[in-house]
Amino acid sequence: MPDNAASEARPAPTTTNGAAAETRRQQVRGLISALGMLPVLLILCIGFHLLSEGRFFTGQNLGIVLQQAAVNTVLAAGMTFVILTGGIDLSVGSILAASAMAGLTLSRLPELGMLWLPAALLTGLCFGVVNGALIALLRLPPFIVTLGSLTAVRGLARLLGADTTVFNPSIPYAFIGNGSLTLIPGVASIPWLSVIALLVILVSWLVLRRTVLGVHIYAVGGNESAARLAGIKVWAVLIFVYGVSGLFAGLGGAMQAARLYAANGLQLGQSYELDAITAVILGGTSFVGGIGSIWGTLVGALIIAVLSNGLILIGVSDIWQYVIKGLVIIGAVALDRYRLQGSART
Amino acid sequence: MNDPILEMRGVSKTFFGIKALHSVDLTVYAGEIHALMGENGAGKSTLMKILSGAYRPDPGGEIRIEGRPVRIEGPLGGRAAGISIIYQELSLAPNLTVAENIYLGREMSRAGLLARGAMREGVGPIVKRLGADFLPSTLVAHLSMGQRQLVEIARALHARSKILIMDEPTTSLSAAESERLFALIRQLRAEGLAIIYISHRMDEVYALGDRVTVLRDGRLVGSLDKPEIRADSIVRLMVGRDVSSFYKKDHDPEAGRGHPVLAAIDMADGGRVKGCSLTVHAGEVVGLAGLIGAGRTELAHLIIGASPKTSGRLELEGRPVEIRTPGEALEAGIAYLTEDRKALGLFLDMSCLDNINLAVLGRDAKLGWFLDRDKARERADRAFAGLSIRAANVGVSAGGLSGGNQQKVLLSRLLAIAPKVLILDEPTRGVDVGAKSEIYSIIDNLAKAGTAILVISSDLPEIIGICDRVVVMRSGHIAGEVSRGSHSPLAQEDIMGLATGMEHLDA
Repeated sequence: MPDNAASEARPAPTTTNGAAAETRRQQVRGLISALGMLPVLLILCIGFHLLSEGRFFTGQNLGIVLQQAAVNTVLAAGMTFVILTGGIDLSVGSILAASAMAGLTLSRLPELGMLWLPAALLTGLCFGVVNGALIALLRLPPFIVTLGSLTAVRGLARLLGADTTVFNPSIPYAFIGNGSLTLIPGVASIPWLSVIALLVILVSWLVLRRTVLGVHIYAVGGNESAARLAGIKVWAVLIFVYGVSGLFAGLGGAMQAARLYAANGLQLGQSYELDAITAVILGGTSFVGGIGSIWGTLVGALIIAVLSNGLILIGVSDIWQYVIKGLVIIGAVALDRYRLQGSART
Repeated sequence: MNDPILEMRGVSKTFFGIKALHSVDLTVYAGEIHALMGENGAGKSTLMKILSGAYRPDPGGEIRIEGRPVRIEGPLGGRAAGISIIYQELSLAPNLTVAENIYLGREMSRAGLLARGAMREGVGPIVKRLGADFLPSTLVAHLSMGQRQLVEIARALHARSKILIMDEPTTSLSAAESERLFALIRQLRAEGLAIIYISHRMDEVYALGDRVTVLRDGRLVGSLDKPEIRADSIVRLMVGRDVSSFYKKDHDPEAGRGHPVLAAIDMADGGRVKGCSLTVHAGEVVGLAGLIGAGRTELAHLIIGASPKTSGRLELEGRPVEIRTPGEALEAGIAYLTEDRKALGLFLDMSCLDNINLAVLGRDAKLGWFLDRDKARERADRAFAGLSIRAANVGVSAGGLSGGNQQKVLLSRLLAIAPKVLILDEPTRGVDVGAKSEIYSIIDNLAKAGTAILVISSDLPEIIGICDRVVVMRSGHIAGEVSRGSHSPLAQEDIMGLATGMEHLDA
């Protein structure tokens, strides 16, 4: 079309301004989605540091923040896989409790005690695969299926310990719950819980960004019908993501069990799913699926941990912490909408 | 002829530095049906929106109605100037009655109360004049699409409009409703209205048009009077070059035709497809024609295993194959280009690179799992160069591309598997003219290279232009086949006859 080419070749001065402004707007938008919530995290850290008169950025406090973020980071990593396919997993808190109960119960048997860790992981994986199978094969809505297992698995968790708290003060591998990996002796160390969380993030990144399966996960979330026509086994992808979410919930259960030397089927992991979902959404992963990154999830989980820690540091009451966290969730979803608008097309 | 009722002189419209309309001169007379044609994006809707008052034209142009210069401003400006527009999506409130809809925005009231009775009476004569079979008090929700269109027309007449613009009015009408609408349009012409009729459909333009004006790239490229209205002259105006060079067909259907590659035998799905058989040879382009709803897409879905079949079998290069999922079809070398690339084809948020490589990721993977990013990059670069896909780079998301480039990205994904059989469902729908021509030449080159190609299309000139042989479907059956004679081209009449079931009438 030579006519168009000609008219574009000699644009009026007003249009160059308009076009430049549009380009700048797009650049800003691109920057926002690339950096995601990282600036928010940094501002929160600095703000709390100033408000708490310098008690935030200390080696000890940062260790506490990282440790507190660890379990939620692991759950949120699994949740990222699920939400990237456009689904949701409400059952991770319950699966975490059931896995911790199963692990602790087994750890008290003298001859099988060492197997408690794989047992906890396997328990989580099994529940996750059941979720996935119900969703992928029976085509039930993820919200309904995992709402059901939220309740059912919680019941099983209580059943496992006959509705009591199970203790094991000499649980094997206890170091993962309370030990630290020494980086520079006497100067810097990092809690094993945080090491595990970082490894989980790295493995998740590898799967999502460097494997065929990862592209298929994004594809299923982006356009399920198109994925099916493109020859992707959508059912297998769905079973995988819910399996991963269950497995990571099992890992979270093991981390909690090793940290507390105990588990209670009723109380452990209550409403953890909400923190995990919040971390994922804060991290910029779209609720509709297909858009998001695991690094965003890490930032999201850190924001939640920093908020909890910082609000305590500056002496905000427990009640107000709830209010503020709730507003953060709503703000995050508003941000999600803005993001979608930015990429909206007809 | 009498004096023009509408004259546009040098009307332009610029959006963000891009001219959507270039100094258009259009003259419309009372008592004529003036057909307006053009590709998507040619400027038809911009022109229409200027006449309705939704857009304000660039300064410099002039619009005259009955010889008087007018300024059409605001959403009600068009109606005030005597112009009514009936859009594709009708703008009626289904929860209100016919009379209330006609009076919408100008309700009659008596002492502050709505005068329903008076409104019904005011509407009565117009509804009767249109020959409508509903009452002014009927709820619009209870009316068919055809009846709703009558309500829109009644609204225009009630506003004493002298110019009626109709935008593809038959899109959602049945054949019988369309016929009734045509009769009504002719009646309105006889009553002295000027009707601007926008349509893509040649048959409607033949049947109705007193004059045809063609827009291309925002310019008015020509007008044809009744005796000059012919398909080839219209297409030449719309496309801007001769049709023969537009549809590229260099592959030799006689010498190039090889062994049968795909044979579908007695395929049925227990509903829309009722026992269809067809064969496609290597190096052959076979058209699958038929009316919308004839079952063409459904047949394609059966072949690639996207929907379950109740009977039928497939042979690939003479050997029976069992295909239950689209994935198995791709493995067997049967690729299908969907008719709805946004809903069923592309991943709009994913990069062109991922979209292009999606079908071969597993085959290319290192250690069975890990992406081979170099290979993917190379493949995407090659596709961009080979199919001249225009985008900033292979990393941009597919959703930001134009229709034609999106289609080429999707096509690249299929070509990545080096298919033996390529099924293309409406390959040029929503694609601009330039890209259309490029897609035809891609199809031609694939046929030359020995690919067996099945093209589903509702665009008859396209089917005739690029296919060697046309299989026609009608209500779930194969109605027949039209072949190219040694010297005669494929005949549009033969295909339409088979598609509509009228092939025996002239025999």
